Amino acid sequence: MLKTVIPFGPQHPVFPEPIHLTLTVEDEIIKQALPALGFVHRGLETLVDKSDFHQMVQVVERVCGICSMIHAMCYCQAIEEIMAIQVPQRARYLRVIWSELSRIHSHLLWLGLFADSFGFENLFMQFWKIREKVMDIHEATTGNRVIVSVNAVGGVRRDMSSEQLQWIQSQLANVKQEVARLGPTLLEDYTIKKRTVGKGIVSRDKAYELGLVGPTLRASGIAQDVRMLGYAAFNELDFEPVLGTDGDCYARSKVRFQEVFQSIDLIGQAIRKIPGGEVQVTVKGRPEGETVTRVEQPRGELLYYIKADGSKNLDRLRIRTPTFANIPALVTMLPGHWLSDVPVIVLSIDPCISCTER
Amino acid sequence: MLKMTANILRTLFSKKPTRLYPIEVRTPFEIARGKLVNEIENCNFCSICALKCPSQCISVDKKAATWTCDPFACVYCGICVEACPFKCLHQEQAQRRPAYERQILLKKGLPH
Amino acid sequence: MLKEMVPVSVDNLVKETAGLKIAGYRFVTLSCAAIDKDHFDILYHFDLGLDLKHLRLTVSGDTKIPSISPVYFAAFLVENEIQDLFGIFFEGLVIDYRGTLFLEKMIHTPFCKYTVQASQSKTNGSQPLSGSPDLKEES
Repeated sequence: MLKTVIPFGPQHPVFPEPIHLTLTVEDEIIKQALPALGFVHRGLETLVDKSDFHQMVQVVERVCGICSMIHAMCYCQAIEEIMAIQVPQRARYLRVIWSELSRIHSHLLWLGLFADSFGFENLFMQFWKIREKVMDIHEATTGNRVIVSVNAVGGVRRDMSSEQLQWIQSQLANVKQEVARLGPTLLEDYTIKKRTVGKGIVSRDKAYELGLVGPTLRASGIAQDVRMLGYAAFNELDFEPVLGTDGDCYARSKVRFQEVFQSIDLIGQAIRKIPGGEVQVTVKGRPEGETVTRVEQPRGELLYYIKADGSKNLDRLRIRTPTFANIPALVTMLPGHWLSDVPVIVLSIDPCISCTER
Repeated sequence: MLKMTANILRTLFSKKPTRLYPIEVRTPFEIARGKLVNEIENCNFCSICALKCPSQCISVDKKAATWTCDPFACVYCGICVEACPFKCLHQEQAQRRPAYERQILLKKGLPH
Repeated sequence: MLKEMVPVSVDNLVKETAGLKIAGYRFVTLSCAAIDKDHFDILYHFDLGLDLKHLRLTVSGDTKIPSISPVYFAAFLVENEIQDLFGIFFEGLVIDYRGTLFLEKMIHTPFCKYTVQASQSKTNGSQPLSGSPDLKEES
C-alpha cells in the first residue's frame, strides 16, 4: 500500500488554535501521527526577568484566555506557599466560585466547539448562547469579561455582596436548566453517537501510563482530580470526580457535560457556606524558595514550578499546562482511525495550544 | 435529529439572544472596568501607576507635569486605579470604542 | 517546600525512573532551571495518588542526558521542549525533533542565557542569526 503524508493544520476549520499534525496515511487509515508545536509561542515564562512577582499575576493570566482565573490562582497559591501567607477564608471561597465559573464557561465553549467539529452548527450556537450568561456573571462580579483579573498575591481583589451571590445562584439555575435541555441531543442523538462512540479509545492503563490529565483521564475511569487536594476551599466542599468508563470521544464529552452540573453544584455549596470577613491581606517582603503547586483546570491538572531567590523578580517560573500532558495521547490515539475522524479525536482532548506553548 | 426539534421551536418563538451591536448597546455593569480616566487636577505625578502597571502602558513626567497612557497597550486590569494614592484615577463603566488609528492619551497638568 | 526530593545522577536516572514506574507512579513533567553559567537543575515530577515525588538532576550544559522516554513515553514532548529552550540534549529519545519542536529550521535557545550562542547573537546586532548555516540555505 502506498503511504501518503498529509500535513494537518496549523490552519484548519475545526481547530480554534494552530497545531500541526503530520499524518502518515495508508488509503484513508492513519498509520502515524506526529504533532508539531510552536505557532503561538510567546515566551511568557521569560517575562519573570522584566516583571516583578506582583505584576506576573497579570502576565500568567494571559497564558490562556479561557482559564485565566485558574492560572492566576495557581500562581498566587504558589507565591503564598513560599511566603507563608494565610489567605482569608472568604477569599478562598470566592476563588472557588470564580474558578468553577470559568470551568463552566470553558466546558460550554468546548461542548460547542466539539459539536462544530462534527458539523452540528445548531448545537454549537446553543451552547455558546448559554455560555454568554456565564460571561455576564464574570463581568458583573469582576468587571472584566474574559480575563477577569481578580487574583492578587494574598487574596482576591473584588468582593461580592450577598445580593450578587443570590443573583449568581438564580442565573446558574437558569444555565443548569438550559444545559440539561441540550443533554438528550448531545448524548443520545444517533448521528453524534455514530461520530463519537468508539473513536479515539484510550484504555485505563494506557491513560495512566501516558500521564494524561483532567477529563481525558477521568473518561478512562481513573478518579484523579487535583481538586481533591483541597486547595482554596475545596476541602470544605463535597464532591466526587465525574468518571467515564470507555475512554472514547463519547465518554470524554459526557464527562465534560456532567462536570458543568458538578461545578454549578459546587458554586451553590460555596455560596451557602461562604464566611464573612476580609478578602485580601497586605503582602510584605519578597519570596525566597522553590515550590510546585497544582490546581485543576477545566482541561486537567495545571502545574506551576516557581523558584525565587529573594529578589523582586522570580528566578524561574515553569508552567506545565494540561494540554501539554494530553498531546502524547494524540500520538497513540490517532493511528488506526479514518482521516475524517481526526478533527473529532483531536478536539476531544480539548486542545488549548496557546496554553501549551506559553 | 428529533431531539433537537423542541429546542429549535423554543428558540424560534423566544427573544433574540443577540443584539445589533453598534446601534443597540447593553447597559454596562456597575463595576465594569472600562475606559481609564485621570483627573489631572488632582494628580501629583508620583508615577506609582506607571511603576505598578503590568503592561507598562503609563508614563509620567514629573518635571513637565504630563501623564501619558497608551490605551492600546492597557489591559484594563485596574491595578493603577487601586494603587493611586491620590485617587485621581478611575475607570468608567463603558468600554473604549474601536478606533481607526492608534491614539495616545496625553494629559498635561500644572507642574508642582 | 518540596517534600520527597531525591537527588539523582546521570548514571542512575533511568534506573530510578524505572523503579518509580514499577511502584505505580504517574509521570507528571520535567522542570528545568538554570543555576549558573553552565549548570542546570532538572526536576522530574511524579505523582501517586495526588502525592508528588521529585527527582533532582544537576548537570552541566554539555552533558548528554539519558532520556526517560523509553520508560515513560509521555516524557518525549517535554524533553524535546527542554532541548529547544535550554540547549541541553537528551540521548535515546523515542521521538527526537532535534531542537525543532518549536521552530522548523534552526536551533535557538532563549532560556539558555549564558552560552556562546547567546553572546554571539548580541555582538551580531541586527542580524543575530546570520551565522547559522541552516538559515543561509533557505535564503
